[in-house]
Amino acid sequence: MSTTDEWGPPDTTVYQRVQATPEFAQLRRRLRRFVFPMSAVFLVWYLVYVLLASYAPGFMATKLAGEFTVGLLIGLLQFVSTFVITTMYVRFADRSLDPAAERIRREIEGDAA
Amino acid sequence: MNGTVGNVGLNVGIFAVFVLLTLVVVYRASRSNRTASDYYAAGRSFTGSQNGIAISGDYLSAASFLGIAGAISVYGYDGFLYSIGFLVAWLVALLLVAELLRNTGKFTMGDVLSFRMKQRPVRAAAATSTLVVSFFYLIAQMAGAGGLIALLLQIPNSNKLGQSIVIGVVGLVMVAYVLVGGMKGTTWVQIIKAALLVVGAFVMTFWVLGEFGLNFSALLSAAVEKSTKGDAILAPGLQYKNKLDFISLGLALLLGTAGLPHILMRFYTVPTAKEARKSVVWAIWLIGIFYLFTLVLGYGAAALVGPEVISKAPGGVNSAAPLLAFQLGGEVLLGLISAIAFATILAVVAGLTITASASFAHDVYANVIKKGQTTPGSEVRVARTTALVIGIVAIAGGILANGQNVAFLVALAFAVAASANLPTILYSLFWKRFNTTGALWSIYGGLAVCLVLIVFSPAVSGSESAMIKSVDFHWFPLSNPGIISIPVSFLLGVIGTFVGRREPFNAEKYAEMEVRSLTGAGAEKAVVNTA
Repeated sequence: MSTTDEWGPPDTTVYQRVQATPEFAQLRRRLRRFVFPMSAVFLVWYLVYVLLASYAPGFMATKLAGEFTVGLLIGLLQFVSTFVITTMYVRFADRSLDPAAERIRREIEGDAA
Repeated sequence: MNGTVGNVGLNVGIFAVFVLLTLVVVYRASRSNRTASDYYAAGRSFTGSQNGIAISGDYLSAASFLGIAGAISVYGYDGFLYSIGFLVAWLVALLLVAELLRNTGKFTMGDVLSFRMKQRPVRAAAATSTLVVSFFYLIAQMAGAGGLIALLLQIPNSNKLGQSIVIGVVGLVMVAYVLVGGMKGTTWVQIIKAALLVVGAFVMTFWVLGEFGLNFSALLSAAVEKSTKGDAILAPGLQYKNKLDFISLGLALLLGTAGLPHILMRFYTVPTAKEARKSVVWAIWLIGIFYLFTLVLGYGAAALVGPEVISKAPGGVNSAAPLLAFQLGGEVLLGLISAIAFATILAVVAGLTITASASFAHDVYANVIKKGQTTPGSEVRVARTTALVIGIVAIAGGILANGQNVAFLVALAFAVAASANLPTILYSLFWKRFNTTGALWSIYGGLAVCLVLIVFSPAVSGSESAMIKSVDFHWFPLSNPGIISIPVSFLLGVIGTFVGRREPFNAEKYAEMEVRSLTGAGAEKAVVNTA
């Protein structure tokens, strides 16, 4: 970015000027639109599990196959969902966050140098 | 069964070999320790995968190995809740904290919390809660170490003095690692330990499953047969009679991880946020797979050793995994698994000690007392002295907590971390209007509520498993305070922010923090070290 003046008044810092750009606002929005709903999903799913364990031990003790109970199954599904969300986030971050973040970072550090 | 298992000479031998080997590694790693960045953050020179393995080494403490396997072997399903909480909690770290924190901070949690606030009061608060969390976590590890070594050296539970001396010696050895190796040495110990632990647990898991023809259901029915509680061990409710207690514990586990200072500090040992993300992914996979192993090991110990024998052995519940090893592979496997368990404790204690000492030296000494006017050399000197003091305090606490289930003790540390640290971390990263008053209210308020509830809980007095059995001054019904203290702390952050609304808003610092956290611009760079 060669001319910084067009970003805002000259008495602001480079960070303030970047913060005001639509590109940065979009990066922030994209991150929040992914991580907030996803956090809500795993929080609720975990709370459902904990509540079932506390208030429905009879249901959790139901045997599915041999000695394998519903409680063990739901517990193991928590592992599965954790692995799945992890993988989804990494794919999302690699594709949708890193390129924009990298571009802005280079603009700032080039600007400061 | 009078609690004598294995051959003392062999146990001590395997153990001594391990201590010597790791000391050599630590010593070699320490030779390139030059600057504060080397000492605290290992020069930010580790890769994402190395750091991920080290994080699992840091996280899979005695609580995970000895505590969870022990809890599952005695209480069945309720022990499994710990592993689920400990694992799912990593999503909070992955999605909301790790990368933003790596981009913003330098050495400690206080760097991030105080970034756009008044430096001295917020740093002092962050250091206070770091020290308290680390203290609880340390006590748990020391209690685990005491039980383990007591089992190896065959010191019976009646010989409290003997066990206390063991805890003392173990504590001193651990502090020595930190003083010599700094963060680099500590990280290598954690990497070695994580590899040993995961491989050891893998071997034992398949060995146990092999005893039952690789049939998990057959293993479960053998455990049911051996248990006096019957198939109640396959469903929740044996350990936690109080439903709210169960929920409270669940909340503390979920929200504690991303507020643990020694875990947060590990994100500074990698060069970029992308590497920090990669470390969390490695950690999640390793930790998740490890907890699947402990599920088998816990029920396996119940089936092959039996809950009665485990409860009566030196070290109590925490001895399930070593006893299972003895049952499977005799004294050699017992010696090996115990050495691994000891390595586990060692690595975690080293990580905790370096975090607590860094927080004191960097936040309190350099920034609060000296107001930033100090040399990195003197800061590191202070950190080393602090490490020694922390070691001594941890030894004393460990002696007091000897015999408690370590997973339970660690859960208290998680409750403190979730109450004192997490709200302020999230607010300062995501909430523009959050201010110094809000941070102080949330940290000190969350900390105080949490500690008061713990002191007056059945965990400390007035129950069979209480730390102080002779008197009963408990009035809070839950053994884990999370369900009250965590929401209170989030609320205090909001109220404090409202109370302090006349504080001048630092737009410059806010912009710098937000842009830095999302893009990595201006983040602390790796140290290029030619040595």
